[in-house]
Amino acid sequence: MTQERNPGTPLDCDSFINVNRPAAERRATTLVARRSLKGAYQAAWLLNAISCMDLTTLAGDDTPDRVRRLCAKARRPLSDDIVAGLGLEEMPTTAAVCVYPTMIAPAVQALEGTGIPVASVATGFPAGLMPLDLRLAEIRYAVDQGAQEIDIVITRAHVLGGDWAALYDEVAAMREACGAAHMKAILATGDLVTLSNVYAASMVAMQAGADFIKTSTGKEAVNATLPVGLTMCRAIRDYRVATGHIVGFKPAGGMKTAKDALNWQVLMREELGRDWLRPDLFRLGASSMLGDIERQLSHHVTGRYAGHHRHALA
Amino acid sequence: MPTITEILDTMEYGPAPESETLARDWLKRGPFGHFIAGAFTEPGALFETRNPARDEVLAEVSQGGAADVDAAVKAARKAQGAWAKLPGHQRARHLYAIARQIQKRERLFAVLEALDNGKPLREARDADIPLAVRHFYHHAGWAELLAEEFPGQVAHGVCGQIIPWNFPLLMLAWKIAPALAAGNTVVLKPAEYTPLTALLFAEICVEAGLPAGVVNIVTGDGATGAALVAHKDVDKIAFTGSTEVGREIRRATAGTGKALTLELGGKSPFMVFADADLDAAVEGVVDAIWFNQGEVCCAGSRILVAESVATEFTTRLRARMGSLRVGDPLDKSTDIGAIVHPRQLARIRDLVAQGVASGGVLHEGAAPGGCFHPPALMVEVSPANPCFSEEIFGPVAVMTTFRTPDEAIELANNTRYGLAASIWSENLTLAMDIAAKTRAGVVWINTTNLFDANAPFGGMRESGFGREGAREGMAAYLRPVQETAASTALPDLDGLPVPVAIDGIDRTHKLYIGGAQKRADNGQSYSVMQDGRPIGHAPYGSRKDIRNAVEAAHKAAGWSAMSGHQRAQVLYFLGENLAARAESLRALLPSDEIEAAVARCFYYAAWADKFNARVHDTQSQHITLALKHAFGVMGVICAEDAPLLGLLSLVLPSIAMGNRVVAVTSQSAPIAALELAQVLACSDIPGGVVNLVSGPVGDLAQVLAAHDDVAALWSAQPAIAQAIEQAASGNLKPVWQVRAPLGQGAEFLTAATQIKTIWVPYGA
Repeated sequence: MTQERNPGTPLDCDSFINVNRPAAERRATTLVARRSLKGAYQAAWLLNAISCMDLTTLAGDDTPDRVRRLCAKARRPLSDDIVAGLGLEEMPTTAAVCVYPTMIAPAVQALEGTGIPVASVATGFPAGLMPLDLRLAEIRYAVDQGAQEIDIVITRAHVLGGDWAALYDEVAAMREACGAAHMKAILATGDLVTLSNVYAASMVAMQAGADFIKTSTGKEAVNATLPVGLTMCRAIRDYRVATGHIVGFKPAGGMKTAKDALNWQVLMREELGRDWLRPDLFRLGASSMLGDIERQLSHHVTGRYAGHHRHALA
Repeated sequence: MPTITEILDTMEYGPAPESETLARDWLKRGPFGHFIAGAFTEPGALFETRNPARDEVLAEVSQGGAADVDAAVKAARKAQGAWAKLPGHQRARHLYAIARQIQKRERLFAVLEALDNGKPLREARDADIPLAVRHFYHHAGWAELLAEEFPGQVAHGVCGQIIPWNFPLLMLAWKIAPALAAGNTVVLKPAEYTPLTALLFAEICVEAGLPAGVVNIVTGDGATGAALVAHKDVDKIAFTGSTEVGREIRRATAGTGKALTLELGGKSPFMVFADADLDAAVEGVVDAIWFNQGEVCCAGSRILVAESVATEFTTRLRARMGSLRVGDPLDKSTDIGAIVHPRQLARIRDLVAQGVASGGVLHEGAAPGGCFHPPALMVEVSPANPCFSEEIFGPVAVMTTFRTPDEAIELANNTRYGLAASIWSENLTLAMDIAAKTRAGVVWINTTNLFDANAPFGGMRESGFGREGAREGMAAYLRPVQETAASTALPDLDGLPVPVAIDGIDRTHKLYIGGAQKRADNGQSYSVMQDGRPIGHAPYGSRKDIRNAVEAAHKAAGWSAMSGHQRAQVLYFLGENLAARAESLRALLPSDEIEAAVARCFYYAAWADKFNARVHDTQSQHITLALKHAFGVMGVICAEDAPLLGLLSLVLPSIAMGNRVVAVTSQSAPIAALELAQVLACSDIPGGVVNLVSGPVGDLAQVLAAHDDVAALWSAQPAIAQAIEQAASGNLKPVWQVRAPLGQGAEFLTAATQIKTIWVPYGA
């Protein structure tokens, strides 16, 4: 991460706005219909999605072996023939691997020497309904285990109850606990429901010092949607205009296809600009999306539609 | 072609052109003739239709002359009887088949449209074609339900339809679908610049098994359109295009009895209040003025923004403008395509130059060379700047600021047009108030440029009259079975004394203006004769009395703001007072006329709160209201017969709906009408709501018809139809020739109101 980190600002609730949902939905729908990527351009954008991907496993049945397998895929997301066919000089990697705290150690070990950071969820993921001191202790544990990035969850009750000071204090404390590790604040937007809530929570998280704001845990009933992403991107833009500080964005959950990868990148490019297509400011939190991207790239190289069984599992 | 590694560095979108192979193959069928009586004619005198994006000829099509128009009208006439006699269900099957056939050829239509018009393929694909298909489906439904839902209504017959170049297939659908559903046959002239999809549509008609002659397409320029308008055997003209041409058509059809609907230009306000979601409003501007290169009649081209957010809004808007991509219409990442024709581009540039010369500050995006215009925003455009009032019909928005909601309304309505408006505020209380006060046929709240076959579309003021789409649009292609009233010439009127004494105490009847009895401005009276003898005198009204009456009517705006129930109470009271006067009126009128006049007061009192708005089912998560709005100030020209009932039959429905009226009374028998003044005065009808002017009907009607501050005109004097319809072309007020001047019914209420369609999307 080359960007100067967001130092945060005092809490400022005057920055909140009413977000018009039908208008946001219309923009989200038309935005991706307004841009088309074909051939080599599509291939390049799919490769870029890999570079911005937090390859993720966050399941109750995760085991160290399962995590090692995921890490292997993060190091070699594509087969050599596809890489060669695309004219790349080296194997791309994903941006990070994202796991539960107890899986950090095997992940760090499996990624040793690759430069691929390990991200860990923390703070009582996914619901976050644990005493604050335990949540902060979990962050410190994860950092101690070698996580370079911490994906925290916010207390949704603070948003739903309008207790912005409590939210601000909580996120600021988490940021402090992260130390040098970069903090992604998961807003769990599916629980916040309204886009005005999403905007306000985005603002408070950024004011409290989040390096990234992230849509979802993947466990809410509604995961990352484009209208929510649009709202968060606009909050990032507004925060930058107001403070000069730059914050990254991570949609997560429910994104499965190569088309999703393109759509989210188009959203970033159109709403925030080219800088938000680099992994220091943009991550895609996904698991199965990589497989679909791989198949699309295989098609680009071979001209044949790909079969699932011919590509390595994550 | 850059390498993937290079693309990874720039993250550009790259080219994404749609294939045009199929469209090019189809174009080889040219040169094209007209489509008449189910077949293409041999190509005649040819003209080129061009692709503006590449400055190339696409095809040659035939320039229709009077003979071609005549052949097409004859074919339409021949087919009409059988077509109208088909059961609605059978016509529904045809319309359904057309909808399906367009869907099956949707890509060819979209590419052809993009080539011929210059619009982005994406918009043709996502807007024009699906909306056209939707229109045919919707009207297949109306064909099916016609007998049940429109009892006593019949088709006009042969419709002449003239459409513009901005949405060629969609405008064709708006015209042809309702006409066919109602049982009309059509002769349609597509725009000179964009005839191709209409010709492809002709093939679709054959493919769908439409009977020969039901749809006829004659290509050509304005002369072809003029020939169609002038053709004696056309029963109705429907036109979409410029206000200038609309006015010519109004003049040309005046007095011919041809039904007419006009959908004309606009300079629609786009109002951004301080509590708006500004990003939403910025995207709204993109959809309003940078959609279809701004070549949209209802484009939100006048941005009015609250002073307190103007700087912020402008900053965001300019940033957004910078990300628009202008270029190859067939590229699927193009936001703005080519301007339809170099002549249009020159017109846009000329108007922009005038706007800048008048103090406008221009910000522009980027555009390639050729027939392209960059997206542009001109700020500091005051109402005196020509770009504030003139329709640019290009991707150029103008902007000014307002301080209060009242001022926003004042600026919004400071226009000759009244097609559409867009209102941006997160406060629905405010937004609905603004929607109610904006003079526009379509109002979008927190959205813009939404269309649906089940949402009435059309303008107020000089944006035309008549509606397209929905039940209201169907009504424009139907007429009552009843025939037109016979026309009798009005006698000349002089103000000379008739040297015969009148019995009894001398009575002085006056004009009734602004709630007061007034002498005629010119100080003259005329003798009112009955059975060859004078029975009294009436004021000899003149143009100044009409002027005063219209001014008084404008001041009585409070009447329009009252609820239907409040107006009903006044009308009942009028009926009561009229009944109390019955005895004295019997000297002038037969008893049954007086009785009918009292009943009419009750009838329209009953209707006052019951002629309600409709809610239309359009898109999910949208409320689409079709309000029935009073025109404001109307003129009515009363019949010669039954002077009291004739007056009340026109005045009552008008005022029941909230209009204020200037009535020209029966010329030969004005006294009973003038007697009404005293009843009006004692019945709580506010001064100025009803104004009565007697005198030479032809002259007075002419002044009313030409008055730019009168919004609608009814006439029960067929003899002067041509003169007043021509005079009404000035501000394009609708003129209703009342077929049954002593009748009553919902037909009167429909004519007393204009539809305002309000779109309100919702979502938590």
